[in-house]
Amino acid sequence: MKTFKIGGVHPQDKKLTAQKPIITLAAPKEAIFPLEQHIGAPAKPIVNVGDRVKTGQMIAEAGGFVSAPVHSSVTGTVSKIAEYTDPQGFSKQAIYIKAEENDEWADGIIISDKLETKTSLDAKEIIKKISDAGIVGLGGACFPTHVKLTPPADCKIDSLIINAVECEPYLTHNHRLMLEKAGEVIIGTRLLMKALGIEKAYIGIESNKMDAVNHLRETAEKLSDFVHIIEIVPLKMKYPQGSEKHLIEAITGREVKSGAIPASVGVVVQNVGTAFAVYEAVQFNKPLIDLFMTVTGSSMTEGGNFRVRMGTSMKEVLDMVGGIPADAEKVIGGGPMMGRCISNIDTPITKRSSAILCLEKQKTVREDVLDCIRCGKCMGTCPMGLEPYLLAKLTEIEDWSELEEHYIMDCIECGCCTFTCPSHRPLLDYVRYGKFKVGTIIRNRK
Amino acid sequence: MNIIVVSLIVLGTIGIIAAVILFFVAKKFYVEEDPRIAEIENALPGANCGGCGFAGCKNFASACVSATELGDLRCPVGGNNAMNAIAEILGVTVAETKPKVAVLRCAGTCAVRPRTSHYNGVSSCAIATATFAGETGCSFGCLGYGDCAKACTFGAITVNPETGLAEVDEDKCTACGACVKACPKGILELRFKGSKSRRIYVSCANKDKGAKARKACSAACIGCGKCVKECPFGAITLENNLAYIDYNLCRLCKKCVAVCPTGSIQALNFPVIKKDENI
Amino acid sequence: MSNYTVAPAPHVHGGDSVKKNMLNVIIALMPAYLAGCWYFGIGALIVSCVAMVSCVAFEWFISKFILKKQPQINDLSALLTGLLLGMNLPSSLPWWMVIVGSLVAIGIGKMSFGGLGNNLFNPALVGRVFLLISFPAAMTTWPIPDQLSLFGSVDALTAATPLAYIKQGIFTTFTEADMILGNIGGSLGETSSIALILGLIYLLATRTITWHIPISIIGTVLIFTGIMHGIDPCTYASPLLHITSGGLLLGSIFMATDYVTSPMTKVGQLIFGAGIGIITVVIRLFGSYPEGISFAILIMNAVVPLINRYIRPKRFGAK
Repeated sequence: MKTFKIGGVHPQDKKLTAQKPIITLAAPKEAIFPLEQHIGAPAKPIVNVGDRVKTGQMIAEAGGFVSAPVHSSVTGTVSKIAEYTDPQGFSKQAIYIKAEENDEWADGIIISDKLETKTSLDAKEIIKKISDAGIVGLGGACFPTHVKLTPPADCKIDSLIINAVECEPYLTHNHRLMLEKAGEVIIGTRLLMKALGIEKAYIGIESNKMDAVNHLRETAEKLSDFVHIIEIVPLKMKYPQGSEKHLIEAITGREVKSGAIPASVGVVVQNVGTAFAVYEAVQFNKPLIDLFMTVTGSSMTEGGNFRVRMGTSMKEVLDMVGGIPADAEKVIGGGPMMGRCISNIDTPITKRSSAILCLEKQKTVREDVLDCIRCGKCMGTCPMGLEPYLLAKLTEIEDWSELEEHYIMDCIECGCCTFTCPSHRPLLDYVRYGKFKVGTIIRNRK
Repeated sequence: MNIIVVSLIVLGTIGIIAAVILFFVAKKFYVEEDPRIAEIENALPGANCGGCGFAGCKNFASACVSATELGDLRCPVGGNNAMNAIAEILGVTVAETKPKVAVLRCAGTCAVRPRTSHYNGVSSCAIATATFAGETGCSFGCLGYGDCAKACTFGAITVNPETGLAEVDEDKCTACGACVKACPKGILELRFKGSKSRRIYVSCANKDKGAKARKACSAACIGCGKCVKECPFGAITLENNLAYIDYNLCRLCKKCVAVCPTGSIQALNFPVIKKDENI
Repeated sequence: MSNYTVAPAPHVHGGDSVKKNMLNVIIALMPAYLAGCWYFGIGALIVSCVAMVSCVAFEWFISKFILKKQPQINDLSALLTGLLLGMNLPSSLPWWMVIVGSLVAIGIGKMSFGGLGNNLFNPALVGRVFLLISFPAAMTTWPIPDQLSLFGSVDALTAATPLAYIKQGIFTTFTEADMILGNIGGSLGETSSIALILGLIYLLATRTITWHIPISIIGTVLIFTGIMHGIDPCTYASPLLHITSGGLLLGSIFMATDYVTSPMTKVGQLIFGAGIGIITVVIRLFGSYPEGISFAILIMNAVVPLINRYIRPKRFGAK
C-alpha cells in the first residue's frame, strides 16, 4: 500500500463516531459571521445594520484576489457589525444576523437532493462560481479554492488529488461524507478537473476506511464519463498522511521542493469536503454556508457527525450533543495532533471549523519535561527530515540565522516530534515559535 | 651546575627572541584607534544591554566619536551623567533629558481578572501568545510568563506570583527597553520617571468595548472618556476604547485619577493626601 | 466559559518515556545477567548488586547535594548504569573497587556533565575503563565459571579469557558450545553469547533500538577479522571466535546503543558502528590489550558530536 517515505508516527486509531450518520442541525437563532474565515485579506461587509438578508445571500465581498466572500446561512436582519471573540479569545470583526423562523433562499439557489451529473460550463465559469460561493480549502488551512485552481502560468498541472485521508485520530466527518454523498463527491471532483483542464484525479483515503474506498470506487465507475479518470487510492495508515506534500509523494511519487507549492510538481490538492462544496456551488449555485464536522470525545455518548450552518454558536452545537462532558480537560478545535485549543466556546462555527473534540485529563496530560537524551526519535519521525531537537534548542537560544540554515521553514507543524519524545519535551512549541520568528525575518528582508 | 647554566642560557635566548618577534609584530599590526573611544567606553556603564540601539558599549562609543553631534545618540542606562561625561570628552554639548522607567500597562491582578482557562505549555509569553489570547477574558493584558524578566539584564523585573503580573523595580530599571521589545503583548512602555518618581499612567491596554473589558477585568479601562474631559492639559487621548496619557504633556495634577470609575489610572509615589484636604 | 486547559498542539503523546526505554534495556539484559550469575555464582551477584546500589545512591547524593536539583533516580538510568557496570566487571572484584568504579561512572561519567542526556561518554564504560587502568591486576583476573560456587566459597581459581588465549595464538581452548553458552572466563555479563542475542532480539522487537549500531559493529568485526583470518589463519583467530569472545556482544548491543552517546541519524549510527568495529579489531589484533571494545566505544563517543553535526537526516524535498 502506498505511503510517504520518511518519518511519520502511528497515533492510536480512535474513530468513535465512524458509524454515526450525518445529522443536519437546525439553523441558529442568531448567527455570527466573522470577516476573517480564510487565509488572505478579510472580507468587506456589503450589508448595513437593519438590512434584511436571505439565506445564501452574500453579506461580505472578497477583500482581494486571495480572499473569499462570506454568505449568510440564515434569513434575517443584520443586527450589528461588531467585534466577536474568536475560539482563542482574540477580538475580531463579524456581522451579526438575527434569524427568522423560516429560510428564504437567495435568488438562483436550487435546493435539491437529486444528483446532478451534467454541466455545460467551461473552466472559467466553474472557477467564477467557486469564487462567488466563497469556497475555501476545508482541510484546515482555509486557502481560497479559486486561487488554487488558477495556478501560476509556469506550472503545468496534470493531476488533481482529493485529500480524503483523515489521518487525525477521532475525526470521522470526511469518512461519513464519502459514504453518504459519494456521488456528489465524485461529480465535485470531476468539476474541479474541468476547472483545471485535466483528465486525471486521485482520491487518497487511509486504509482504515476501506468501506469508503470500495463505495467510492463503485460510484466512480457507475458515474464515469470515460474522459475524466478518477482513481481511488487506499493509503497506509500513518500520520501525517494527510499533509499535502506527503499525500502528493505517496500517490504520485513526486517531491515538492523545499519552499515550493504543489503546483510546481503539476498537482493540485483539494479536500474532499471542498469537492462536495464545489459540487453544490456549481450545480446548485449554493454558496459555502454549512460544513460537515465531527463532534466527539471519549466520554461524550451522543457525539457524532453533523452538518452545521456557519455562524451557529459552538456552544449550541455542543449542547446538541449533551454539552461538554464533565471530565473534559481540553476542548479542541480539530484533531488531537494539530487542532487548536478552544478557550472560548461562545464563538461561531466558521469555515475554519472541522471538529470539536473533548479530551479528558489522562489523555492530554503533559508529563514533566526531562533533559533531551539525544535518542534521535524526533528526527526519525519527522516527515520533513528535520532535526526537531536542534530546532527547539536553537529557538530557546534565539539563534534565528542558524534556524533558517536548518530549514525551520520546512516544518509542517504536524507534531510528530512532540508526540514521540520520550523526555516529553515540548519540541513543537519551540519550533512553531522559531518558525514564526524566522518567517517574520524573511518577510522583512524582502 | 653545567645543566643549570645551559638551561638558563637556552631559555633566556628563546625568551629574548620571542620578545623581539612580538615587539615587531605588535608594531606591524598596531591599529590606530581614537583614544576617545576608550575614554567614552570608560564613562559608559558597560552593561552591553543594547538599549542605545548599538551592539554593545564599544560600538556606541565609536558611533559617538564619529558623529558630529550627539543628537539621538543616548545611553539610557548611564543617563545624564554618562551623556555629560561623553559630551565633555568630545567637546560638544548634550541636551538634558528626563530619565525614563519601564512601566507595565496592566493592573489585571489575579484578584480583579478572573481566569477563564488554564495554560499548560512552555512558560513563555511569546509561545503562549501564539496559542491563545491569555488565561483570562482579556486578550491584551499581562500573561505573566516572564519574557520581560528573562530579557532584563539588570534583574529589574520579576513576576509576582501573587498578582500574576510583571513588576518593575524602578531603582534597578535603566530604561534600556529590552523588556519593551520582549513583550509580545506590547504593554510595557518607557515613560518619564517623574520628579520624586511620581508618575501617572493608564494601567491598562484593553481595546475591547467597555462592557466586555469590564467583564474580563474590573481594573480595565472601559473607554468612558471621563479622564479626557477632566484633563486641563489635553494630555489624555481616547482611541479604540482605551485612554492614553501623553507623558510629555501630563503635569501630574491627578484630576484624572479621581474621576476614573475603574481605577485603571495609576498614580505612583504621591504622598497620601488627608481626607479633609481633599474636600 | 469554564476553566479548560489550553496548550499548543499536539494534544496527545505516544506514551514513550525515558523510564520505559531504560526498563526495556534492563529487561533485555536479564538473560545475560542471569547466565552470569549462574556461571560465576555468588560473586557475580555481590559485584552487580553493589554496583547497582552504589550507582543509584551516588546519583541521588550528587543531584541532591551538589547539583541541588530534584534527583531523577526514578528514570532508572542510574540503575541501568550500575547493572551495566557490574556486568562489565570480573565477579571476583573486591566490593570497594566496585564502589570506586560506580563513583567514577556516575560522578565523572555522568553528573559532572549535568546528568542524564548531557554526558559525552557512556558512564558505565567510563567506570570500567577507570578500574581497568587503575587496578589492572584485579580487573584481568577472571574466575573460572563454576556454578557450584553459588553454594560454597567464592572460587579462587582463575583463568585467562578466550581473548587472552587468542592474543597468545591459542585458538582451541574452548569449545564452540561453551563460547555460545558462556561457560568461559570473562566479566560476568559478557560470556553468554546466546543470552546477549536474546536481549538484542527483545530490544529490536520493542523498538528500543534499531539494528544499525549492533549490526554495523558486528559486521565490521566479521569482515575485518575475516580478512585477517583469510590472510594468515595461524596468527589471527576466526571471525566467529572474535565475535563470541570478550565484551563485543555486550558492548555492541547494550553499551554502544546508549541513546545519549550514540549518533541520531541512521547513517551516523552506521559510521559510528563501523568505527567501533575497526578500532576494536585493531586493538585486539595489534594493541597490547587483549580486549578493545570499551576503548573503541569511548573513542567513538567522542566523535559523536562531530557525526551529528555533519551527518544530517535526508530532508523531504531537498534540492
